[in-house]
This record gives sequence, C-alpha cells and structure tokens, in this order.
Amino acid sequence: MISNTSNGLGQIPPLPEGWQAELEAGLGAQERLQVCLETDLDAGLHYCSGLLALTDRRLLARQSGEPAWRDWAFRPELSLVHHDHAGVGTLELHDEARRLATWRYTIGRNPAALRLVHAFERQRVRHISGQAIERLEADLCPKCSAPLEAGQEECPVCSPETHAPPSTRALLRLGRFARPYRWPLFWGFVLTLVSTAAAMVPPYLIMPLMDDVLIPYQNGKPIDTGLVSLLLGGLLGAAVLAWGLGWVKTYILSLVAEHIGSDLRTTTFEHLMQLSLEYYGGKRTGDLMTRIGSESDRICQFLSVHVIDFATDVLMIAMTAVILLSVDPWLALVTLLPLPFIAWMIQLVRNRLRIGFEKADRIWSEISNVLADTIPGIRVVKAFAQEGRETQRFHAANAINLTVNDRVNRIWSLFSPTITLLTEIGLLVVWGFGIWQVSRNQITVGVLTAFIAYISRFYTRLDSMSRIVSATQRAATGAKRLFDILDHVSSVPEPIKPVRLEQVQGRIEVRDVGFRYGNRSVLRGVDLTVEPGEMIGLVGHSGSGKTTLVNLICRFYDVTEGAIRLDGIDIRSFAVADYRRNIGLVLQEPFLFFGTVADNIAYGKPEASRQQIVAAARAAHAHEFVLRLPQGYDSLVGERGQGLSGGERQRISIARALLIDPHMLILDEATSSVDTETEKEIQTALDNLVRGRTTIAIAHRLSTLRRADRLVVLDRGRIVEVGNHDELMAREGAYYRLYQAQARNIDVDLDETTEPAWKVEHKAKEE
Amino acid sequence: MQAPDFQLKRNNFGRLVLTAADGTICEGIYPVRAFPIAAPGEGIALLGPDGHEAGWIERLELLPAALRQLVEDELAQREFMPEILRIREVSSFATPSTWKIDTDRGEAALLLGGEEDIRRLGKSGLLIEDSHGIHFLVRDINRLDRASRRLLDRFL
Ligand SMILES: Nc1ncnc2c1ncn2[C@@H]1O[C@H](COP(=O)(O)OP(=O)(O)O)[C@@H](O)[C@H]1O
Ligand SMILES: [Mg+2]
Repeated sequence: MISNTSNGLGQIPPLPEGWQAELEAGLGAQERLQVCLETDLDAGLHYCSGLLALTDRRLLARQSGEPAWRDWAFRPELSLVHHDHAGVGTLELHDEARRLATWRYTIGRNPAALRLVHAFERQRVRHISGQAIERLEADLCPKCSAPLEAGQEECPVCSPETHAPPSTRALLRLGRFARPYRWPLFWGFVLTLVSTAAAMVPPYLIMPLMDDVLIPYQNGKPIDTGLVSLLLGGLLGAAVLAWGLGWVKTYILSLVAEHIGSDLRTTTFEHLMQLSLEYYGGKRTGDLMTRIGSESDRICQFLSVHVIDFATDVLMIAMTAVILLSVDPWLALVTLLPLPFIAWMIQLVRNRLRIGFEKADRIWSEISNVLADTIPGIRVVKAFAQEGRETQRFHAANAINLTVNDRVNRIWSLFSPTITLLTEIGLLVVWGFGIWQVSRNQITVGVLTAFIAYISRFYTRLDSMSRIVSATQRAATGAKRLFDILDHVSSVPEPIKPVRLEQVQGRIEVRDVGFRYGNRSVLRGVDLTVEPGEMIGLVGHSGSGKTTLVNLICRFYDVTEGAIRLDGIDIRSFAVADYRRNIGLVLQEPFLFFGTVADNIAYGKPEASRQQIVAAARAAHAHEFVLRLPQGYDSLVGERGQGLSGGERQRISIARALLIDPHMLILDEATSSVDTETEKEIQTALDNLVRGRTTIAIAHRLSTLRRADRLVVLDRGRIVEVGNHDELMAREGAYYRLYQAQARNIDVDLDETTEPAWKVEHKAKEE
Repeated sequence: MQAPDFQLKRNNFGRLVLTAADGTICEGIYPVRAFPIAAPGEGIALLGPDGHEAGWIERLELLPAALRQLVEDELAQREFMPEILRIREVSSFATPSTWKIDTDRGEAALLLGGEEDIRRLGKSGLLIEDSHGIHFLVRDINRLDRASRRLLDRFL
C-alpha cells in the first residue's frame, strides 16, 4: 500500500485500481510519486490499460500485459511532447536525437495528461538546477486538481455531474407540476367519486323493476304505479345527479390540466433559455419546437381527458365489482373472468406501443426540422432552384413517419378489437351461466338483467380503459422528451455560491486557456491580459479561433483548460446573467427580434426611457435612418430584421450595446458584412461605443482596428504576436503578412484608393 | 502505378518528412483523408505542421508499396474510430446513457449525450459521437446481433 505519508502523495488523485501494488513494487526507496496518468489505449490504438507515473526521479510506464516497468531518469535533453487529435491524446518522450516512447489515451484523460506534462517539466528543471520547486497553486480541487479560487468551494471544473441519466418514470415526475393544484385536484377527485357512484344507481334499480313490477305483471298481477314512479324517479334523479356532478368535475379537472400543461411549457422554455450555446449547437430548432409545443399539449390532453376517464373507469369497475359480488358472488366471478386476460394483453402491447410512439415523435421532430431548415433558408433554396429537393426531403421524412405510425397502428388496431371480442365473449358467458342459474332458481330474472346492464357498461369501460394504454404511453414519451430538456444541466453551470459582481473595472485575464469543440482542439495555451479601458484588436485568419476566444470571454462556453478572470476573479464564480450584463456584444450578423425598432434597441434594458433610446440611436448613427422609416422608432422590423439593410441592422445592434452601457465591449466582425461607405459610418458609431471601455474587437479589415492599443494575432488557436501596428509591421511576422495580403487585395479593388484608408491614418499620426 | 512527385520518409522522432519536387523539405507531415467515411481510400492530403497542403494523393492503392505503407501507418496512428461490434448493455433508454460496447479495438464504454449525437450514414450505417467527441462507427446495423440491434433501435 502506498501511503500518503511515506510517499508524499499529497495532491495527487488516488491511484487507479489494480496499479497500486505494481507501482509500489516498481518504486525505489525514498522515491516520491508526483503525478500519474492511467492511459487506456496502446500504440495501435486498441483499448488497453496502462500507467504512466512521474516520481521525483524518473518517469515510469507500463502497459497491462507488459512484464516490467520501463523508466527514464530525468536528463536535461528529455522532453515530453503532448498533442491530441480526433479524440486521441498522445504523449511522446523525446531526447535530442529521437523519439523514445509514445503513449496514447482517449481525450477524457487530457487534463490529467496535461498535469503530467507540467509536472514533468517542473521536475526536470528542478532536477537539473537542483533547486526545490515553489508551489504554484495554493488551493487545488482534490478531485481534478484544478486551481480553486478564493471563495469557491466547489470546483468549477469537475463538480457539475451532468451525466446522470434521467429517471424513466417520467409521468410520475409530472407530480411536481401538479402540487400547486392539489386542492382543486382533491375536489375533482371527490366529485368523480360521487358522480361515478350516482351512475351506479340506475342498473341497481332495474332489479326491483324486473322482479317486483314486470315479472309479477306477466304472472297476472296489476302494475304498482306508485312503485314504478318511485323507481323511474330514482332513475331520473340518479342520471341528473351524475350529469351535474360530471359537469363540474370535468370542468375543474380540465382547468387544472390546462394549467399544468401551461406550467410545463413555460418551465421548459425557461430552462431552455438557461442552457448554454453548446446545447443549442447540438440541437435542431424543429426538434425543440415540437418538444415544447406539441409534447406539452399532448400531456395536457392526457391529463385533462384520459386521466379523468381512467380514474372514473377504475372507480366504476371497483364499485361494480363490489355490487356484483354482493348480489351474487358466483355470477360475479364469471363476469370478472376476462379481466386477467385483458391485463395480460395490455402488458404485452404496452412496451411495443411505447417504443413505436417514441419513434413516431422523433420522426415528427424530423419533419419540423425540415421546416425549420427550409423556411429561414428559403432564399438559398430558391436561388439554387432546389425547391424540388427540399420537397423530396420533406416527403422522405413524412414517409418514415408513415411507416413508423403504420407499425404502431398495426399493433393498436389489433389490440382494440381484441378487447371488444373478449368483452363480447364475456357477455356470452354471463348470459349462459345466468340462464343456467335462473333455470335452477338460484337467481331471479331481475338479478340477471341487472348484471347484464352492469357488465355491458363495465366492459365498455374496459375497452375505453385499454385506450389509456396508448394515451399513457404517448404522454409518457412526451413527458420524457420534455424532461430530457429539463434534466439537461447547462454546461455553463451557475456557481453554487456566486461571487457578487460589484464595481467592475474591466480587467480581463485569459490564463493558459485551452478549448475544444467536441474533440476538435480550437484554442491552445492562450494567455492574454486586457487592462481596464484598453482596446485589443484580435486579428488572424478566418478559423483561427477569434470568435471562439470571444465566446469564452462571454462565457457562452466554459474553457476546457485554464481560466478566464475578470478583475482577478474566475468568471465561473459569477452568476452567469450578472456577468453578462457587463458585456456589450456586437456581432457580424445582428439579430433583430420581431418588434419595433425601439424594442430592439432597448432589448438589453427594457426599462430604458425614450430619451435614452434616442440618445443611444444617435450615438450609433442610427437615429437618422430610423426617422426615415414610415413609423420612426415604432416601425416594426420583421423576423430576422427583414426590411432593413445590413448596415442599418448593424447600427441598431450597436445602439443596443450602447444602451446597456457595458464595462466590456466585444465586437465580432461588426463591420464585415457592410460596404465601405456604411463601414465608415458604423466606424464612427463604434468609436463612440469603445470610448472608456475594455474592448476586444475582431475585424477582418485591419483598418477597423486603427484605434486599438494592442493587436493580438491568433493563428490556429495560439497567440503568435502581440503589439501595436508599427511594432508588428517592423517585426515582419504573421501580422505583416496579413497586412500585406490585404493591402494587395485592396490595390486590386478598383473602388478603393490605392492606399488603404488606415494607412493614411497612420501617416497622419506620425506627422 | 503512378509515382508521386514527392518523397516521404520517417525521421528519428517518428515524424514524416516530405521532400517536394522542387526540393523543399517539410517536416511533421500528417495525412488526412478527405472523405474518411464516404471514400476512405480516395483523396488523401498531406498537410504540413502549419496546416497547409504539401501533397495530395489521389488514390491510396495506386501508391508505390513502401510509400503507401508509410502513409497507412501514419493514418493508423491518427485515426481513432472504433467500430461497434456489439452493444452489451445500456444504462438507460433515456439520454445521457452509458453504453458498454465491444469494438474492433477492444471493450469500451461510451457516454451518449443525446439522440442527436447519432448520425445516420447512408442506409444502414451509424456514426455515434460520445460526450468526449470520440466517434464510434456502426458499419451496418443489420450485421449486429439481435440483442444489440434491439438496444440500438430504442435510440433511433
Ligand atoms: N460550434 C462549433 N463546433 C465545432 N467547431 C467549431 C464551432 N465553432 C467554430 N468551430 C471551429 O473552430 C475554429 C475556430 O472558429 P472561430 O473561432 O469561429 O474562428 P474565427 O472567428 O477566428 O474565424 C474553426 O476551425 C471552426 O471550424
Ligand atoms: Mg469569427
């Protein structure tokens, strides 16, 4: 056993199962284990467990199946190289002349591998220089040894356990939504009970009607008018009572169901709004729309119609059973005979139906997806004359829908008539057995008639009860799909104890940040500090990770490695909305919501006064063109801002960012989609916006960044150069090449002056 | 057989080194299939460490044997797309769901984040992306055994 004390394991995570004994045997006396990494792939990329351990003297490695440890003592020439690709991470040990060894693991172990690489580097340096290494991080998460901020109890990296599968008892979980309505529900239930009981009365009255009135009359006795009117009155009274109670009960319960359905819808939408961009990245619009729209409606239907019916049915069956048993136990037993059969059949069919319905729902989503794809993209569809192909796609989705539903219907269509058949047979048996009993004078004709009356109701109820199978399954799938959304924990989790954001200065520190979309590593080792009020220009080829970096700073995604801090505090420890409130974002493609211009400007600050809105629009140079619209600020801008030009939309979105008066401003290619003339106007608008705020501006046209204090050049996910324009030009590096390429393009462009505008600017500055 | 206009060899660090027709040398070459799923043997790009294309192979099988071996070895080092042969069990039919599977690279577990991470490939193939972004391939659903098919069917 390797104990913490004897080996100074301190911060390292517990050793993987099965490796402890072997590692202990491999270590020398006084040798202290630093970090280890359990690899799960071999050189040929087959799954295979292995261990890579770093001690204060050497690196040890062994794969399961290998007889002994291989080891490399620290030498100055050794280096451990890390890279990853397509979900596989690789560590290579090099010396000055060659590669000594390679280890591979799946990407889930990457953080551990990076820790190993860092520890290796530290140990190597220590070994060479002979100095003790200083401890870098004070607080480390005990589980994943990510650094913890002061005031952070939960580790932001590993604490959110997002991977617990949701419980499948989805329908029961609707109880959470029913709780606020428990009193109406209770009264509804009482009413159901009473109205069902009232409905049980009429068949009971058939008995005296037969035995005391009709049969004696056939045998020659006169009809007792008093008794008849009493009985008929009873029949009418019971019917009216059942009607009245049924009415009230149905109303109350439907109302409750409608409320529950609407709560469900709103809650789901509310939750959806909280989810991170990562969630939206993986989902299709149509699918989400169906889930929230029709699934909640289906559940509502189920609650308002089927559950009530079902409860009534169950009550009725129970009451009937009791009455029948009390009148004549033998006949009652025969009557109840088909019940177990039916129960068995229901069980049989249930699972198949559920699977079928799940599939049908998914296909339904697919159909909506086609719609959600084509309608917004209609210009492209038409431009490329692909209407036929889209119709084909829609057709195909519909065809699958048909097949899936066909399968469900086949099961279902057999099921329902079978129940009817069973009930008919049941009736037959009762008739036969009843007549036999009558003939032996065990029961009266009245009793038999009453039985028949009861059980024909009873069996019709069974039939309708069997329908609940399908309704329940449908609702359960619906509920499951809704809870799929509700159970999804945002990958940008809210901290448990959020740090209050007060007095933002706007100092942004990006510390050794790595980020990947899925298995694609997009940013690596990005380090950047933006001082309060500073303007940073982020440049680089398209695809170099500029937007990604900005997304991380906005916390649309959380970093995979490293940390981003605002005024020295990890942004993961702020409440997300609180944090974002301090960021103004202007995107390349401004999104306008359906509403008036004023609404759109005030989107981030609905309580803004009209004066503020106009002031923001003025500053954004949007005021004048807004006034030219037919209804000024009250003009409606359509879905996605149709009816406005790109530059106009952009200026509205700038006004939107101006209005919230953010401490940090992020401009992501804010002027890329407009012509140079409009760009100039927007540029002046932006200059207003930038003043006095920490700004990160991404621009394709380098001229846009003339006011930037520093330019940061990104290349394939790394920062390659930092400096102001002149420094970077003098260095003749990546920025120089970018600039040259652009200058050449501009020269070719006939509309432009031979010298790019900002070059003139710089000359002007120099003078 | 068509001889390419470049030379490729492996250095001591295990990196591929390409010598182009004009004599320029590029170290750290890695091959990338242009259509890894639709046409794995066609169109293989040789990219330099800066991500720029240094060479292009039209068809792998037309290469001289030694060169082809080199490229294939390197591809084998880089490509990780285990093929699912059998699904032993799934933790739940609702996602996220953990699957215990047998692949052509040994036993493994995958965590399926949502049904939309299953992508259809052609008529009967599937590409399943697990929560870490590793892709698992099902070449042909119909060739899986019945139990696996039934489990899989619940997610389609
Ligand atoms: N949601 C996403 N999922 C997967 N990859 C993405 C996603 N967004 C961007 N990428 C990839 O990340 C890289 C960087 O993208 P981005 O940050 O948008 O570049 P830039 O803004 O510099 O043009 C690109 O290669 C892009 O393909
Ligand atoms: Mg971008």
